[in-house]
Amino acid sequence: MLERMQILICGGTGCLSSDSKIIRDRLQELLRKKGLDDEVRLIMTGCFGLCEQGPIVVIHPDNVFYANVCKSDVRDIVNEHIIKGRHVKRLMVTDPDLKKKIADFSELKFYAKQKRIALRNCGNINPLDIKEYIANDGYFALGGLLRDQTPEQVIDIMKTSGLRGRGGGGFPTGLKWEFAAKAEDDEKYVICNADEGDPGAFMDRAILEGDPHSVLEAMAICGYAIGAKQGYIYVRAEYPVAVERLNIAVEQAREYGFLGEHIFDSDFTFDIDLRLGAGAFVCGEETALMASIEGERGMPRKKPPFPATSGLFGKPTNVNNVETFANVPVIFLKGTDWFRSIGTESSPGTKVFALGGKINHTGLLEVPMGTTLREIIYDIGGGIPNKKRFKAVQTGGPSGGCITAEHLDTPIDFDNLNELGSMMGSGGMIVMDEDNCMVDVARFYLDFTVNESCGKCTPCREGTRRLLDILNRICEGNGIPDDLRVLGLLCKLIHDSSLCGLGQTAPNPVISTLEHFRDEYEAHIFDKACPAGVCTELTTFTITDKCIGCTKCAQNCPVDAISGNQREKHFIHDDMCIRCGACKHACPVNAITTTINLKKEEENHV
Amino acid sequence: MKTLKELKQLRDETRKHMNMRQKGTQTRIQVGMATCGIAAGAREVVRRFMEEIERKDLSDVYVVQVGCMGECAFEPLVEIIDTDGTSTIYAEVNEAKASEIIAEHVVRGKRIDKYTLQKVKM
Repeated sequence: MLERMQILICGGTGCLSSDSKIIRDRLQELLRKKGLDDEVRLIMTGCFGLCEQGPIVVIHPDNVFYANVCKSDVRDIVNEHIIKGRHVKRLMVTDPDLKKKIADFSELKFYAKQKRIALRNCGNINPLDIKEYIANDGYFALGGLLRDQTPEQVIDIMKTSGLRGRGGGGFPTGLKWEFAAKAEDDEKYVICNADEGDPGAFMDRAILEGDPHSVLEAMAICGYAIGAKQGYIYVRAEYPVAVERLNIAVEQAREYGFLGEHIFDSDFTFDIDLRLGAGAFVCGEETALMASIEGERGMPRKKPPFPATSGLFGKPTNVNNVETFANVPVIFLKGTDWFRSIGTESSPGTKVFALGGKINHTGLLEVPMGTTLREIIYDIGGGIPNKKRFKAVQTGGPSGGCITAEHLDTPIDFDNLNELGSMMGSGGMIVMDEDNCMVDVARFYLDFTVNESCGKCTPCREGTRRLLDILNRICEGNGIPDDLRVLGLLCKLIHDSSLCGLGQTAPNPVISTLEHFRDEYEAHIFDKACPAGVCTELTTFTITDKCIGCTKCAQNCPVDAISGNQREKHFIHDDMCIRCGACKHACPVNAITTTINLKKEEENHV
Repeated sequence: MKTLKELKQLRDETRKHMNMRQKGTQTRIQVGMATCGIAAGAREVVRRFMEEIERKDLSDVYVVQVGCMGECAFEPLVEIIDTDGTSTIYAEVNEAKASEIIAEHVVRGKRIDKYTLQKVKM
């Protein structure tokens, strides 16, 4: 074989949606035309993480990383790089600090600070080829422990490792396995919770798409440990790529004998089937998830009994999240000491975060627990675009809370986030800058929970609805002073009396914005003003004396509501203004303001 | 798949085809393949390198095409970068020389002085 080059093309959902499949096809076509198709192999991989810069193409052995590749760039890649060995500079990533193009992506700050365990194979192997997973020590953990260890020993290893559930709760995985193992029944189940519903989180999808076998192997390990013969992956139908690759992976694993009867010639028998969910947020709650697998309506029930004693079909069941499972094989391969050496004492290992919102490098990243928010946002995430000021970061999605600038240097782990009134959740991180109105943010998340509430219990069904009503009223300028008190009361009530985690945590965005940004609520209610200029009913755009008369605002105003001569201060006609914010965005000197502190600012300025 | 031994075999077999994706201590063979290099026969040289690597089952060597190396009169030029970072440039390489370079330089670690650019230029 004369294969001298391998081209890895990102086949994650992000890059696929910007045509990476077409790029692959065109590359193949052109390579064939040039007679190079036996020398160069094309491989579709999983997510590289730097989704914002996709589609991503990496060429080995040169180890050159191309970002933002278009269909039209294929010709240059083949003619220049593949044939002549000249790197296509314009497709390389620019290092923001050195201000120069770099080829090797491990030099990028985005990757340099990361530690990839759960994502170890994503972007590195072909997820459709089980052999590539095996080449990276795949199925060695399963094979090894089936030969050398008893189920009790396996559970001990999990307990010693200190791995905690990555789905949000942070419950020790080893303990969970032990509970299920101790329950006596001849029929038990392992479930992989792949119902990733948190808006803005997509790490589970990336793992399933990029490294499905790591989840299958871990589920088999879990099955051996607790004594289950059957596993289910509950994945949402909204992840068609993940479903397709999982199906292929399960087929291949059966073919190679990693699933089925007498795995590795032992007495252990285990198989996995997929169950597709319709995409309800509440089905990420384990009891609702199991109801959905059973064919019932996806609604939670009260706990106890916990799934470990009475779960799926009334049998002992262990439910873990995708990312949790993805960590398991590595722990057995590299040992618990190695795993505990990463992260913090109480939260060993790493965590994958999906970084989004007002951030330069949107994407997936995996860092050791204990990394500070500042490192994640400024070093890895590349900071906030347009030199805007950081306001807060929402972690844990609709169940979490916001963390403000004063806590940027807190090391992130399960316990610290809880103390800050937020939570790890599945690891979604939405960054907000000075242009975000925190009342509006709370309203956004509440709108989501209201839509996703299953309606079974009253506090969640009615309570969240009322919360949203009040928030809507405040944002529209009809808030009354008593709203603040009622909001607080209602939040506590919903939290204390809802049936499941979805309802109990639904008020969190309100509680935490009320705590950290009470002044914004007060501005909305008492001054009838939205300081960030988001709530249109409450926004008045004004041009301050900073104006240099460049006319950019007037040119960008869609309704011609701005008048003024060149090099003179401009003026906004409030009666015509539609409060779209285009002028504020266009102003090069930040002369257009919406803050209620306008007077003070002007005084300072003078 | 019944035993760990079988699994190991499959792993090592597959790894060979994935080696080039690993960054590490490997000998790098760079072949100048701009227009000048290709015209002088660099493509055949690359093929020979690949064949030799395959035949000798070398896993810690990889071949890279690079652009014009500047001395167009002495193409095909081949630069070998050893694991310790030392670089040797061979000039006017043909298929026979390529086989020799693999056998002597890459496998036995002995530089072939008579083929180096300095010697050829003299």
